[in-house]
Amino acid sequence: MSLGRAASLILAKELRIELRSRELVSTTLVFVLLVLVLFSFTFDPTTAESHRFGPGLLWLGILFAGSLMLQPSFVREKVNDTLSALRMAPIDPFAVLLGKLAANALFLFLVELILLPIFVALYNLPILPILARLLLVLSLGTIGLATTGTVFSAIAAHARLRELLLPLLLFPVVAPLLIASTEATVSLFSPQPQLDPVWLVFLVAFDAVFLTAAWVFGEYLFEE
Amino acid sequence: MLASVPARRRFSAIFFAADLPYVVKPPSISSGFSIQFEGIEKRYGMRLALRGLSLRVAPGEFVALVGANGSGKTTLLRIAAQLIRPSAGTIRVSGKGDENPLAIRARTGMIAHASFLYEELTAEENLHFFARLYDLPQAPEACEAALERVALDARARDLVRTFSRGMRQRLSLARAMMIAPRLLLLDEPATGLDPEGQSWLGGELAKMHGDGCTILMSTHGRNEVQSAVTRAVRLQAGAVAEDSGERGDFRAVLAGSVAEN
Repeated sequence: MSLGRAASLILAKELRIELRSRELVSTTLVFVLLVLVLFSFTFDPTTAESHRFGPGLLWLGILFAGSLMLQPSFVREKVNDTLSALRMAPIDPFAVLLGKLAANALFLFLVELILLPIFVALYNLPILPILARLLLVLSLGTIGLATTGTVFSAIAAHARLRELLLPLLLFPVVAPLLIASTEATVSLFSPQPQLDPVWLVFLVAFDAVFLTAAWVFGEYLFEE
Repeated sequence: MLASVPARRRFSAIFFAADLPYVVKPPSISSGFSIQFEGIEKRYGMRLALRGLSLRVAPGEFVALVGANGSGKTTLLRIAAQLIRPSAGTIRVSGKGDENPLAIRARTGMIAHASFLYEELTAEENLHFFARLYDLPQAPEACEAALERVALDARARDLVRTFSRGMRQRLSLARAMMIAPRLLLLDEPATGLDPEGQSWLGGELAKMHGDGCTILMSTHGRNEVQSAVTRAVRLQAGAVAEDSGERGDFRAVLAGSVAEN
C-alpha cells in the first residue's frame, strides 16, 4: 500500500472519531476564545496598539490552541493500545504520523477560521483586503505547528508526565515559527500591507525542514 | 527485525506503491510461521526483563507460555510482534519461503490485554478500518464474515465503548482472524472471560491451530483456552525454566505453573 493511501486511511479515521466525539475542536475553540477575550480585556488596546500587538496575540492564541489540541493526538491511541495495532499493520510507520499530522492541521485550521472573525471584531482590524495573504500565512504557520506538535505528541505519549512534557518540548522549537508568523502577519496589518517575502520563505523552509525530519526519523518515534 | 526504509525509497513510495521495499502481496502461505529467539535480552532501565532467552517455535505449534507475573511473557510476545526491540539477541520470524518483513507483519495477529479497538468507532467501522489498512481484498465481505464468526453481527453498528469485556475480546479475535494470520500472539486472552467465553475462545483457537496457524499464548493458571495447546514453556525471571518440547508432557508444565502461582 502506498504511503499516501495509508495516510489517507488514518486521516479518515481521525476525522470520523472527531466528528463523533467533537472533543478536540470544540474544547480548543472555547479555550482559545477565552484567551483572546481575556487578552482584549487586559490590554484594552487602541487602534494603533491593535495593529502592533494584535498579530502577536493571535499567534499566541493559536500556539496555546495547538498545544492543547495536539496533546491527545497520540495519547488517545494509548487508551486501548491502538498505537500497537497501527504499528503492527503492514504500512510505512510514517503514514501514521502523516495521517495524524494532516488531521491536526485540519482541526487547527478550522479553529483558526472560526476564530478569525471574532479576533477581527475584538481588535478592530480590517482583514478583507488582506484575507488571501493572511490565509496563506495562517496555513504555513499551522502546517509548521501541526508538524512539530504531532511529532512531539508522539514522543510525549510514552512519558509519564506527558501533559507537562508537550509544551516544554514544543514551545522552544516553535519559537522561530511564532516569530516568523507574527512578523508576516504584522506586515499585513501595516498601513501599506505587503507580505514580507523573507518571513514567507522562512515559514516555507521551517515546514519543509520539519516535515522532512519527521519523514526520515518518523519510524523511530513510536518505539517503546 | 524490521529494517529501516532508506529515505530515497520512501520518497518514491509516496507516489508508487510498487517502489515500497516490501510491498505486501497476500502471500500464498498456508502453513504457520516459525519463530526463533536467540539470546534475547530486554532491559528496562536497570531491570532485566529477559535474560538471554532462546526458544524455537516450529510452524503450526500451539505454545503456551506460562510463568509468574514479571517472568517476561508479555515482553517476549511484544518482541515477537516487533513492537519492542530487544536490547540484545536476535528474533527471526519466517514463513514458507517468505521472510519479507511487511508480508510477515501482514499475517501476524495479536490479542493483548488492551483490545486494540477504537472506542468511538462501531464494531463494523473498527474492522473496516483495519481491513483497509491490511489491504484485504473484498474488505466489507471479510468484515461481515468475521463479525458473524464471533457472533457480533447483530451489534455491528454499535460503538465499541458500549461493549462488555467479553464482546471486546470477541471483536479483538475477529480483527485478528480477519487477516487469516499465520502467527497469532495472545497475551492472556482468557482474562475477564467467563467459563462459557473461555470455552468458545478455546474452540476458535483450536480451529485456527487446525488450519496450520502458529500460536504463541501467554496464560495464567488452567483454563478452557488451553484445550488445544501442544507445548508449554515456563518462564522464570526472564529465561526458559521448563520446556515440554513438541512431544513432551505439556500438562505437567502447565500444572507446575499453576502450583507456582
